[in-house]
Amino acid sequence: MTILAVGRPTRSDPDMKSAGTTRSGGALMQDEPLIFELDCWEKTGVDFPRDDFGPDLDASDLAGLTRASPLRLPGLSEPEAVRHYVRLSQKNHAIDLALYPLGSCTMKHNPRLDEKLARLPGFIDLHPLQPMSTVQGALKVMDALAHWLTTLTGMPAVALSPKAGAHGELCGLHTIRAAHEARGDARKTVLAPTSAHGTNPATAALAGYQVVEIGQTADGHVDIADLAAKLGPDVAAVMVTNPNTCGLFEREIIEIARLTHAAGAYFYCDGANFNAIVGRVRPGDLGVDAMHINLHKTFSTPHGGGGPGAGPVVLSASLAPYAPTPWVVHQGGRLALLEHAVGEATASHGRMSAFHGQMGMYVRALAYMMSHGADGLRQVAEDAVLNANYIKARLSGVMSAAFPDGPCMHEALFDDTWLEGTDITTLDFAKAMIDVGFHPMTMYFPLVVHGAMLIEPTETESRRELDRFCDALLELAAAAKAGDVDRFKGAPFHAPLRRLDETLAARRPKLVWTSGD
Amino acid sequence: MRFTKDHEWVDLVGDTATIGITAYAAEQLGDVVFVELPAAGKTVKVGEALAVVESVKAASDVYAPISGAVTAANSELADNPQTVNDAPEAGGWFVKIKISDPKQVEALMDIHAYNAFLGTL
Repeated sequence: MTILAVGRPTRSDPDMKSAGTTRSGGALMQDEPLIFELDCWEKTGVDFPRDDFGPDLDASDLAGLTRASPLRLPGLSEPEAVRHYVRLSQKNHAIDLALYPLGSCTMKHNPRLDEKLARLPGFIDLHPLQPMSTVQGALKVMDALAHWLTTLTGMPAVALSPKAGAHGELCGLHTIRAAHEARGDARKTVLAPTSAHGTNPATAALAGYQVVEIGQTADGHVDIADLAAKLGPDVAAVMVTNPNTCGLFEREIIEIARLTHAAGAYFYCDGANFNAIVGRVRPGDLGVDAMHINLHKTFSTPHGGGGPGAGPVVLSASLAPYAPTPWVVHQGGRLALLEHAVGEATASHGRMSAFHGQMGMYVRALAYMMSHGADGLRQVAEDAVLNANYIKARLSGVMSAAFPDGPCMHEALFDDTWLEGTDITTLDFAKAMIDVGFHPMTMYFPLVVHGAMLIEPTETESRRELDRFCDALLELAAAAKAGDVDRFKGAPFHAPLRRLDETLAARRPKLVWTSGD
Repeated sequence: MRFTKDHEWVDLVGDTATIGITAYAAEQLGDVVFVELPAAGKTVKVGEALAVVESVKAASDVYAPISGAVTAANSELADNPQTVNDAPEAGGWFVKIKISDPKQVEALMDIHAYNAFLGTL
């Protein structure tokens, strides 16, 4: 028998006390400098043979555009570059790590099938200036996506190109302005409720409109009487989110649309929360004239650092002629992009982006629709609402629901009255959630609810994950009620950086890194 | 000093009113990080947006509590928005307005009425 002499014990010393494992569930402790601080001038991950650039290339070939200053790309080896980005990824929370309950942001699982299809060479290797004849498949994806977006919303037209929800709002208001101006009607005011996403008034202001707020009823809905009083011949559009940011369905939406149209204005619906009603309600049936759809929310394309947004805008028949170019047209069995304001696009208000929008997101969104089917999309809405109500029901015993009567839609809203007398704020509570392994919920929004905590679980969370989340919050809430103030005031403890000075960051932002030399 | 339901204060000396936000408003906003003020010479009417105050929590419009012409804006707030939190009803003033109608000031709440109003919130 041979005895290996490596000296390694085959089992733990029975007398040795176990140190135990760290089970904070939230530790993200890797420290990492900026990539520019890792720079080492003599290093590179790639080696370019000189001849690849052509032996005869000289400055005169570049028509005077030769770069005069150094490029200043950081020099790193490939493993250093890989580790840098993996370490960065470990410093943050991710939807692939745990439930990500940011209300009104709809952080949900990005199906891997969608990712696989978006990476097909026929999609990722396209160039936007390729001849139309070589991109028929991509145009077919855009055409099919447009078909399903208009079908699901009951609207006749869609502008695909806007690149985010707010960009979609801007597109919608430009389209509305074009429709008014075509009649020689230069209206100057946009109405939006106090609970609106901040982007609504911001977009209206950017588009050159005066913004007037519509009040809210005590039960969290648009105040119809206030709306009626503020409507008039100068109102170009009314912007309403449905379901709204309090997580409630605006039951009077048909009346809102009727009043808006009676005043000669257009009804813009912020479709950020379409995931709560997709497959169940068609906004076109409610009298909506324009609505953006965040593909990165309802149709689960990545966002929040995982990928660009996409905010197509569906349009009613009265606004469709003014839609921005380009859009896909059928020309004798072939597909083409109508890019200029000619023919059926004569009244178009222009373009929202240089090319046609976020192609990769179109593929993912279409894949999401096709893989779910009509029954699956209906279930998306049902499960999104069911999950939010499950959380509302489980937490309402301890935390105070802002609107306790009746069910909510896709997000559960709590206020901070349950924290009264504890000296713990919504901010403190949110920071303590990091220590138990969850991303904080949306806080202090909507503005109409004091110390708001807005929780949106989305339909992609299982009962087990919802329970894990609720158990963690109930345990935190019990600690808060029991007066364990230090646990909250000092939070987060298990994070690469502790409580950040948000005030100083806002007052004296350092937005640019400069090298020491 | 007079007060509005939108939590602004108005201090009238002669025909010039100094305007700011109340201690209650500053407390509710939290740390103020930016104040956008109108240029001197701008005329405003009651209820029009006069300034924007931004905190780490929210950005809010400040509405003109009275009509008139702006004669001065508090340049101190550009560099030190914290002054709004430290001394909301003194050094943290926003603008001075030459008023067009003194009756508008008289119609606002006095300190007792404002405190009673805060009690209802």
